[in-house]
Amino acid sequence: MASALINVPERAKRGEVIEIKTLISHTMETGFRRTQLGALIPRDIIRRFACTYNGTEVFRAELHPAISANPFIVFSTVAVESGTLEFHWTGDNGFSVTESAAILVE
Amino acid sequence: MSSRGRLGTAAVVLAFAASAFAAEIPLADRRSGSDFMGRETRAMQDDDTANPGMLWVLEGGALWTRKTGAAGRACADCHGDARATMKGVAARHPSFDAPQGRLVSLEQRIGFCRTDRQGAPPLAYESRELLALAAYVARQSRGLPIEIAIDERTQPFLDAGRTTYHRRQGQLNLACSQCHDANWGRQLAGNVIPQAHPTGYPLYRLEWQGLGSLQRRLRNCLVGIRAEPYEYGAPELVQLELYLMWRARGMTFEAPAVRP
Repeated sequence: MASALINVPERAKRGEVIEIKTLISHTMETGFRRTQLGALIPRDIIRRFACTYNGTEVFRAELHPAISANPFIVFSTVAVESGTLEFHWTGDNGFSVTESAAILVE
Repeated sequence: MSSRGRLGTAAVVLAFAASAFAAEIPLADRRSGSDFMGRETRAMQDDDTANPGMLWVLEGGALWTRKTGAAGRACADCHGDARATMKGVAARHPSFDAPQGRLVSLEQRIGFCRTDRQGAPPLAYESRELLALAAYVARQSRGLPIEIAIDERTQPFLDAGRTTYHRRQGQLNLACSQCHDANWGRQLAGNVIPQAHPTGYPLYRLEWQGLGSLQRRLRNCLVGIRAEPYEYGAPELVQLELYLMWRARGMTFEAPAVRP
């Protein structure tokens, strides 16, 4: 079960730099570990994270095997207009989660 | 060896032996494990959108209202809104279960509800679902003081837990008290030895990359002193849980906590 926690300020002043925090539930299995019997555990990680602000991409990250479980990504952007921020995580084994948050810019 | 040297060795051995019977930490000197953490880890615990334990709380909230088992009942059908009915519950566990006539931990209590009232298959210890439900219930006690009421029914379990805590065991022949009462605040390899107050379970350990129960932590410690760990749900572990919670009575509950 995938679940995500997102923290976006509800309101912001136009031109203000806002901080956005995202946390998603994922095991981030590296693909380098083995079971007790020596079999390789296949890699299962999030590969890509992107955030769009009213359709415009404002932040993107590529994730790699060394990143810990439940990746916590914090970034900032400039509040330009009211609207929606969309967050999209994609990864191995068809992992795909989309979340959104609304922001009011005054 | 000179007699002086031998005397010195004897004194060291005596001092170490004496520490096994170290006095309990005075109530006013008790400090939660979060006091020994770095600033970043504490910030992670205090911010609900940065605390990974909240992912389990979120999932537990969804499970709380999901109907399951032969009875087709959800937790919420009996207990209602957890924010009101589960307030303080985790801070009072382990507690005595009258029908069973024994001491039960929070996870076991959830397990009985599931098998007896919901008619659902039991959840394994440390399974994601059980941890999620425990975290959700424990979250409702955050900020409240730990209240372990000891009466004639729980007294024998408390005494048994205290005995286990002070008993040397394992190949390293160490008792819990030797580290956590006598040497807290000092270094064990790169880590500071905390006082072992279970204020935030189930908690997210960065080392585990996941959420775990107090019993998982206790088993870790037992492996660390090279003792055979008790099985999950073993009476010894629940008694130890009770003793540790009683030892932390009055301290603020902070579940789901984050620890390094």
